[in-house]
This record gives sequence, structure tokens and C-alpha cells, in this order.
Amino acid sequence: MRLDPNPRAKDIVREEARLENWEPYRAPLEPGKHPHIPANGLKVLGKRVPLVDSPNKVTGQAIYTDDIKLPNMTVAKLVRSTKAHARIVAIDTTEAERLPGVVGIVTALDLRPEQRFGVLPLTKDEHPLAVDKVRHIGDPVAILCAEDEATAIEAARLVRVTYEELPEHLDPLKGLKPVEEKIHPEIGTDQTNVQKYVDQVFGHPEDAFADAHLRIRHTFRFKGVTHAMTEPHAVIAHQHPNGRLTVWSATQVPYYVHRSLAEVTGLPMHKITVMRPKVGGGFGGKSDPFNHEMATALLAMKVKRPVKLLFDREESFITGRGRHPTETDMEIALDEAGNLTGLDINAVIDGGAFASFGIISTYYNGVLSMGPYKVPNFTYKGRRVYTNHIPSGAMRGHGAVNSRCAIEVLLDEAAEGLGMDPIDLRLRNLMAPYSFTVNNFRITSNGLKECLEQVRKRSGWDQKFRKLPLGRGVGIGCGFYISGSNLPIHWDIEPRRYPQSTVHIKIDMDAGVTVHTGAAEIGQGSDTVAAMCVAEVLGIGTDRIRMYSGNSDTAPVDLGSYSSRVTFMMGNAARKAAEDVRRQLVQATARKTGHPEEHFVLENERVVSMANPEVGLSFDEAVREAIAGGGALVAKGTFVSTPMGGQFKGATAGLAPAYSMSAYVAEVDVDLDTGLWRAKKVWAAHDCGKAINPLSVEGQIEGSIHMGLGQVMSESLEYHRANMRTMNFLDYKIPTPLEMPEVEVIIVESNDAEGPFGAKEAGEGPLLPILPAVVNALYDAVGVRLYDMPMTPDKVYAAMQRNGGAKKPGSVAPQVSVRRVN
Amino acid sequence: MKKVLMTLRVNGVEHTVAAPENAILLDVIRETLNLTGTKRGCDMGTCGCCTVNVDGEARLACLTLASTVQGREITTIEGLTPRDGTMHPIQKAFCEAGGSQCGFCTPGFIMTTNALLAGTPDPTRDEIKEAISGNLCRCTGYIKILDAIEAATKEMRVERVPPEHRHVEVER
Repeated sequence: MRLDPNPRAKDIVREEARLENWEPYRAPLEPGKHPHIPANGLKVLGKRVPLVDSPNKVTGQAIYTDDIKLPNMTVAKLVRSTKAHARIVAIDTTEAERLPGVVGIVTALDLRPEQRFGVLPLTKDEHPLAVDKVRHIGDPVAILCAEDEATAIEAARLVRVTYEELPEHLDPLKGLKPVEEKIHPEIGTDQTNVQKYVDQVFGHPEDAFADAHLRIRHTFRFKGVTHAMTEPHAVIAHQHPNGRLTVWSATQVPYYVHRSLAEVTGLPMHKITVMRPKVGGGFGGKSDPFNHEMATALLAMKVKRPVKLLFDREESFITGRGRHPTETDMEIALDEAGNLTGLDINAVIDGGAFASFGIISTYYNGVLSMGPYKVPNFTYKGRRVYTNHIPSGAMRGHGAVNSRCAIEVLLDEAAEGLGMDPIDLRLRNLMAPYSFTVNNFRITSNGLKECLEQVRKRSGWDQKFRKLPLGRGVGIGCGFYISGSNLPIHWDIEPRRYPQSTVHIKIDMDAGVTVHTGAAEIGQGSDTVAAMCVAEVLGIGTDRIRMYSGNSDTAPVDLGSYSSRVTFMMGNAARKAAEDVRRQLVQATARKTGHPEEHFVLENERVVSMANPEVGLSFDEAVREAIAGGGALVAKGTFVSTPMGGQFKGATAGLAPAYSMSAYVAEVDVDLDTGLWRAKKVWAAHDCGKAINPLSVEGQIEGSIHMGLGQVMSESLEYHRANMRTMNFLDYKIPTPLEMPEVEVIIVESNDAEGPFGAKEAGEGPLLPILPAVVNALYDAVGVRLYDMPMTPDKVYAAMQRNGGAKKPGSVAPQVSVRRVN
Repeated sequence: MKKVLMTLRVNGVEHTVAAPENAILLDVIRETLNLTGTKRGCDMGTCGCCTVNVDGEARLACLTLASTVQGREITTIEGLTPRDGTMHPIQKAFCEAGGSQCGFCTPGFIMTTNALLAGTPDPTRDEIKEAISGNLCRCTGYIKILDAIEAATKEMRVERVPPEHRHVEVER
């Protein structure tokens, strides 16, 4: 499936590759040395610290959105479309309104077309309720509330919607050509359903492929998967008598919810408060401002009573924003020595009914394959196509996961064709630390070499690869992921002028440390990271710290918990705020003791002189000295990314202040009679720069392996015509404890110069390597390669049958040959 | 909707509530009794987040009719927390081992564990896996949950030994 060139010729990017990019522009930092480490060394960071909010969670006292009850609260339900693509002709609410106990109803007909929103500024293609037409089965068309849930459910049944059906668009490949009745006539300038074209060429890929010693090409297909977080979506809205609107939502992005609420309600942002209670998992499934949040707010403004909307499990599935169903035609070119000389990616991703993060998803499906290997010649064609499926969006590893799987599988085939060990092939092609990719991504710290060496050694790779009995195999896969996006998505408001994360600290007479941040704690441990960074700088225990991260009135803006930005950006902001506090405390102590400021360090709840340990103040005393005369001590820290990157269109997509690297070896066991396979053990090496909390980093790696394994083993969103039929945990199979392998985690610390204390992300990157590691392990076990995910037992069995039975590779002639084009 | 009176004994306290005959235990616990520690994840018995103990056995509250558990001892996560300000060993273990990330599945896992250890005080890791296989977690990959349950098992094993003998490690 080679894609046609972009009909909009001006959107094609052609850049010369700068091959001197490969040379390091600076030396890596020495291990243990980092500008952020205080003079007296690290005391808190690097320790395994239980999450600061665990006691509430294990005692059932943590408050999630549905746990909140407000006086006089009503219960809301959505009325959802039963058609995949249809114009709304009429909505009759008379019977529903007459039902005793119904409090208020808002329908799509009450909205104006200008009340639109969307997470990305360029594609605000959503309304609080479907205006004019519905675009997927389940698209909300009305919201109502009642005194109790049973009444609300009954009332929703009584709302009569009349539709005029339109052609259903269910095949993204068909949407590449002009269609009748575009799903979003307001988006895009052609008559197709394509929402986004990305066309990039770096260097001379045509020459690279023409001159290649070896070319490997396959088409990979990935079904859509979803976040399946255990907490269903929930929102409460209340407009107070003074006109202020408060919205509680289980969200990863309170700031974006805040902006969107202002856009659709017409209230200025300063009259809106967004509260984020405890969130029961997100993974990108709660990182859009949502139509249901907007609709609940509008209903609350109409009825003037608190309104709570809780989704049932089906509704959480329908809300979507999961990994795009993807078809990727990918080809690599290599020279005789095994150097990668070219990469050609053609990706079509099924965007579903709305844009969501789609522009970024389309870029990431291509550009995030530009690391961690040197790729001198590259071409990428990406198309995101609207369909009448549920909307796709950002899901852990956003856009990079499927392409990463594809390239790692192709590399394995290439290694076989060249007679090289797959780990050796990767080691040969690694980018150096502190170098540039051809599309101008700035690589800083890079521990991939150590990751590969560690997993090779610990897994016993050399004794196992191609040597285990038939039915057992090992495979390697690598990962490469951003630590946040360099450019904020609201690039239209002069992004360089506004920090991406701000942290405030306040300390008063009680000498307790209050930390305010907008960073969303969703279970990943961001509150703990903030507390640990502050505790480290201030020489105190985390028990003195109070985290306030859930109230937009007091929390300074942080862009949200997505794209793995929080540790890097909020961690740095928290560190800087704490350093400001430290400066104030040291000043006060120097003043009081008469000793020079440079002598003092903060440790063990004291401000103490390194020259003379008798000299100093306790933390409490130093605080009171600092407060004297001026009142409560306040401090601020901010983070904004260093400007970087190319000047071409789309240059900032994929650009990050640092990248994580990972390498996994997976060992699988295949039942030859049924095709059922299990991952038995995974050796997982992840370079996160510096593990601020190794307990958390391990937890993220283990959880990522669970999610990636699910995608390649048993998870898929299935449709019967336009109806999604996998809407519960029986039909959509996430791994249970019985399917999880043993995991040996190896944390590699490459000590990033700009990361807080050297830290980079560990939230999404750890998901990428598990898919290719098991796909490649399956080949090592039984000699079949699957390119259609998930690799369910029936597919494995059928592939073995087609191959004449399970065979250990190496016992047959290699499947690839020189200059073969598939 | 016609309501009937039901008497439910939850965490050692008797509550008389007015509820529909077909009221679901999860709804009564969360909405009527205001015990929100038990979570609603799917309302159809597929995720385990609503696990409570009824007479010491793990039960899914979302699939239990409240009327059928009158006269039984119902324990929720709130009932497991000791009154003296300490934490139950299972709770402590989940904190320390990192068995809880977002925490939404945690009460369900802890109540399943409580029921398991009451019946099987010395489970193997495989027996633990079987027992918790009806509880879904999307954050942890279960590994630190298993670690936590093993740690809790060990600590509770020690607690069963009279204090004068505790210096002797009880090994299986």
C-alpha cells in the first residue's frame, strides 16, 4: 500500500539530511555528577519511596470524582446516537420532560455551531452535543438530569431523535479518495475524509533504496486498542448563585478542560474552576477535554443545581481516544555491513469521528522512527482518515508504538538476511549521545547501548537465541520516546513566552511546605515526584510536604499529564521553586548566624554550615527567620523548553527536550498444537536518565509491559458494521495476573544534563519494546512472523500450518535474500 | 418505585435502609451508606473493583442483591482499617511494595486478599495469582500487587506466632 503523494504539494517537506549530525556536540555528564545535585549529595532521590498518597488509597479514603456528593445534586445521563452517520432532523423531549423527577434537558438543538472545541487549536471539530449531525454510534445528542439515576435512565429512553441517515464511512483506505458526504466538511480542503496529510523526505531515499544491499518490506496491520482504565469517566458541574462554574472531572488535563469550558460556555476563564479529584487511571484516555464535560457544564448552568454524570463501562469504551487502527507499509534498506541506509514509511491511521490529538498522532507514526538508530535517508507519508468509528486519540506511546513494532521486526528480518545477530545489528546503528537526527531531533543523554548490553547479558541471549527447543524463543525490541513535547500544543499563543509548567511553594509559621502545581496526579506518582524533588532540595522529609495539585484556582498552570512531560517539566519547575526557597532560607540563616551564605547546606531538617556543623538553624527556625518582616515565604519555579529544531513544516512534532531509550528481551513459550503462546519472562532495560523513585519507575515499566502485551496478545476493538461490539472487559481482554510474565527490570541512568537531577520519562517509552520483543520471540520459537496484531492463537496456528508446521529458524534457509522487494 | 426496609450489617454496624427490593449491594454501600471506598468499575462483575467480603468470602457487590445478604457480616475496605490508627498488614504491604498506583482497583484487591488469607494463610505465588485473577488492574501489571500480597502473608504469618516465639522465622 504505497500511498499517493499529497495532493497539496505545498505541504510536502523535502530536506537535505545533515550527516554531520551524527557527531556528538558535547560529552555526556559523568555518572553521579549533575548540576542539580546539591553540594552535600542526594539524600532522597533514588530511594524507593511509597507514593505519598498510598495510605488514602489502601484505606478507601481517596476521593475520586464519583465519590463526591454535593447537596441537592442531580444525576445525569446522555442520550446517544444510534446511527453512525446521520443528520439530526428533530429531537423531541416532551415525554422525557413530563416524567416526574426530571430536572432539566439540553439537546444539540440548543447549541450554536460556534460552541466548538477540540484539544488541538487547529482542529476544533467537536461540540458539547452533536450539532447538525452525528458521526459515530454513541455520539451524544442530548443530556438530561433527574433526581435519581433510575429516572434519568428512563427519561433518556423517552427522548425521541429523528435522523436522516448518511453514507457510513467505515474503511479508512476508501476515505483516501473523494467521498460523498465528508464526515467533517469543515476540515480539509479536498473531498476526501483525510483529516491530516504528512509528507516528509529527508536526504535521498530513492538512491538509498536503489543502491541497497538488502531491502525488507512488509505491511503491518494493528487493530485499535483502548486504555481500559479501571475508573470510568465521571464529571460533576455546578454553577453557583454568583455565576461561577465549578467542574470536577477525572481528567489528565485540567488546564485544557478549563480553556474549552470557557470556549463553549461563554464564561470567561476566571469565572470557571476546574477541580481534579483522584483519577483512576488515564493513559491518554482522559487527556482530551470531552464533549461530556462540556455538556454537563451547560446542563448545570441551565438547572442551577449540581449535576453528576458517571459513565458506565460501555460509555468509557465508546468515548475512545485509543490507539489508532493502523495499516503501515514500511521498508528498510541496508548496506552490506548492516548499516541502515533508508527508511520508507506509509501509514494510514483510522481517526474515527473526531480529530482529537490526530495531527500529532499522524506525525508520530512516522517521525518517532527517526531514533534511536541513525537513519540517513527517510521518507514518510502519513494519512489520518476520519471514519464513523469511535474517535481515536492519544494512548500510551502515542503514534510511536505501532511504527516502532514494525521497524524492530524489519530489523530482525534484516539481521537474519545478513547473517547478523539482531542485537549486534542494533548496536551497529545506534545514535551517539548528544547528537542530532536528520530531521533535527536533538538527542541528549542516550543509554541504549547499555540497555542492549544489559538485557543481552541478563537474559542469556547468546545461549538462547536460535538455540532453545522448538516452541520456545527469545526476541529483542527497542524503544525511543519523548520526554514531553518541546513545543506546547497551544503554539498559537506565543508559546516561548509562557512556561510549560509552573510550581509554587508556600511556607508559613507552621513550617509545613505547601506545593501547588497543576500537574495531574493520575496514579503515575507526579505528586510524589514533586514532593521528592522539593524534599531533596530543602533537606526535609516528604512528610512535611503538602501537595495541592487539584484546584485550578490555586494551582499554577501545568499543561497536563500526557506525552510523558511531567517528570521532566514539572520536576524541573519544582526543583527551581525549592531552590528559591533554599536561597531564602540560607539568606535568613546567614543573617542570623553571621556566617557566609556559601557555607550553608540544607539537610536533616536543618540549615547547617559545612565548615562548622555546630553553626546553623533548624528548618523551623530558619523558616521563622525568613518569614520575619515579610510574612509567608513564597517561591516560584518554571520550566520552558530550550528552543530547538528545524524550520520546516512539522519540525516540532516529535521534538523533545530529552528522549528515553529502552531495550527488552522477551522469552515466549508457544503451544504447538493450539498456537496459544505466553510471554514467560521479560528482561526490561529502560534508560530514564535518573530514577527519581525506582519503585515508581519499576511500576511504570511493569504496567507498560502489561498494556503492550495486551495489544499484541489479546486486545482489539472489534466492529460489526458500524457497531463496536467490544465494550466490556469480557469481550475486550486485558491481561489478567495469569498472563503476565515475570519481569526483570534494569534501570539504566544516562544522567540527562537538562532533566531534573538527570531524569527523563518512564511513563510511555517502556511500552514500546514489548510488542516487537514478543513478535520476534515468536519467530525464534516457531519460525513464523505475524504482521497482524493482535497475534491471537488462531492466527499463530494458521501461520504455522501455512509454513508446513512449526520450525526453528536457522533450520531452514533464511526467508530473505539480497535486494528482495516484497 | 416501591421500597422495602432492609437491615444490613456492614463493618460491624447494623443499618436499616429503605431500598427497592432489587437494590444492588454496591449501590446501597456507596450511595445509601456513603461508604465510597468500594469502587464501581464495570457494574457487571468483570473487573473486581467492587469486591467486598460477606462472611469472610470475596463477593462482587455489583452482582449481589442487597436483600440476599441481610443477616450476614459484610466487610468493606473501610472495615478492614484498624481503629487504632495503624494499617492492616495488607494495606501496609500495598503501600510499601508499590502495589497501588492510581488506587482505583486497590480496595477490591485488598478485600480479595483478605478473603484469600483467611482461608489460605500460606498461599504460593501461583495460588495468589489464581485468587486475584478476577481483579483487573491497568496500572501495575500485577507484579507489585503479588509482591505486596506475599509480603502481607509473611507479616500476618509472623503475627499469628505468639510474641515469645517471634524471633524464629516461620518458613514454609
